[in-house]
Amino acid sequence: MTLHVDIVSAETEIFSGTATMIFAPAEMGEIGIAPRHAPLLTRLKPGEVRVQTDGGDEQSFFVSGGMLEVQPHVVTVLADTAIRAADIDEAQALEAKERAEKLLADKTADIDYAKAQAELAQSIAQLRAIQKLREKVHR
Amino acid sequence: MSGAKEIRTKIASIKNTQKITKAMEMVAASKMRKAQDRMRATRPYAEKIQNVISHLAHAHPEYHHPFLVKRETRRVGLIIISTDRGLCGGLNINLFKIAIAAMKEWDANNLEIDLNLIGSKSNAFFKRLGGNVVSTASHLGDAPSIIELIGTVKVMLDAYEEGRIDELHIAHNLFVNTMTQQPELKQLLPVLGADDEALKTHWDYIYEPDSKPVMDALMIRYIESLVYQGVVENVACEQAARMVAMKAATDNAGSLIDELQLIYNKARQAAITQEISEIVGGAAAV
Repeated sequence: MTLHVDIVSAETEIFSGTATMIFAPAEMGEIGIAPRHAPLLTRLKPGEVRVQTDGGDEQSFFVSGGMLEVQPHVVTVLADTAIRAADIDEAQALEAKERAEKLLADKTADIDYAKAQAELAQSIAQLRAIQKLREKVHR
Repeated sequence: MSGAKEIRTKIASIKNTQKITKAMEMVAASKMRKAQDRMRATRPYAEKIQNVISHLAHAHPEYHHPFLVKRETRRVGLIIISTDRGLCGGLNINLFKIAIAAMKEWDANNLEIDLNLIGSKSNAFFKRLGGNVVSTASHLGDAPSIIELIGTVKVMLDAYEEGRIDELHIAHNLFVNTMTQQPELKQLLPVLGADDEALKTHWDYIYEPDSKPVMDALMIRYIESLVYQGVVENVACEQAARMVAMKAATDNAGSLIDELQLIYNKARQAAITQEISEIVGGAAAV
């Protein structure tokens, strides 16, 4: 009897296939899941997810945390790509807020570069026209 | 022949511009392929997490996560995902149009709006337009990573959890195909439960260690993955729109060159004819 295993991260699919047994570093300790396990939902700690395939060989994947969902014949590992901790997340949130405040406070950065470039091109053209007129007058 | 010389320099300068737009078109085409692959790669995670969430909505945990509970709306959060660079046709403007339309409607209903801007084009636009910007992120590049989004999304999720906003929406471009990108506005929070009758049997997960921390973590990841998908999709849209815009620019430059070439030839011909008639006139006079 086998179960289907999907290991995915937000950025890419890591593994998809069948297995006879899977081991994962759950928050309360490492757990092994065989087919027909009861539905389970848990967080993962950083560590190794090991998948035993039909042939008896074992593949292992490192996850830096994430979630594990178990259905009787399907196991899904939602792996994190980043190290997640409350204080790190908090610091990043603060950074995003600061960026917003900076954006609103910064009066000089209001210039839209595309618009500025268009205006520059226009004034250069005007200057050229004036120069030409002058040349004609001097002649 | 002074007119002819001017036309010649004009043609040369347009040819240079055409070379640039042609190069940009080809760069955008190759980047678009990669962006589409990236977009496809994010799909499995989103589908899987969506499955788990819809299971959860039908299971009966003792803990009701605030993200699943609808409440009276007084203040709305809006995440707007734009590109970092211009020269991609009407992509950003079309998106801003629907965002502004929604903001006007909320305004008419006396709802206040908090903005979360991703991408420097939206930063510049909504700064000029005004609006309560609470968090921003920009310069994510062609291969955005989810790490750069965690902070800015957390600002909105915290606001929702603390009751400062009562709804969260997202506006971004949908990649339909290379020629079509569709701006879309959808609700993220509260999560609208997928109604799947087949799943409505009484069963629940075993939660380890407890349903609350597990669901908290899951919900945050779910919203993050939706925002991340929006960002990745927007990159693909940007490249596709740029490719189309640059192709049009290259074609326009080509037809402009053809026209100018015709004018140049006529001017040259006229000058030669005039010269000959002068010589002939001169010879006749002798």
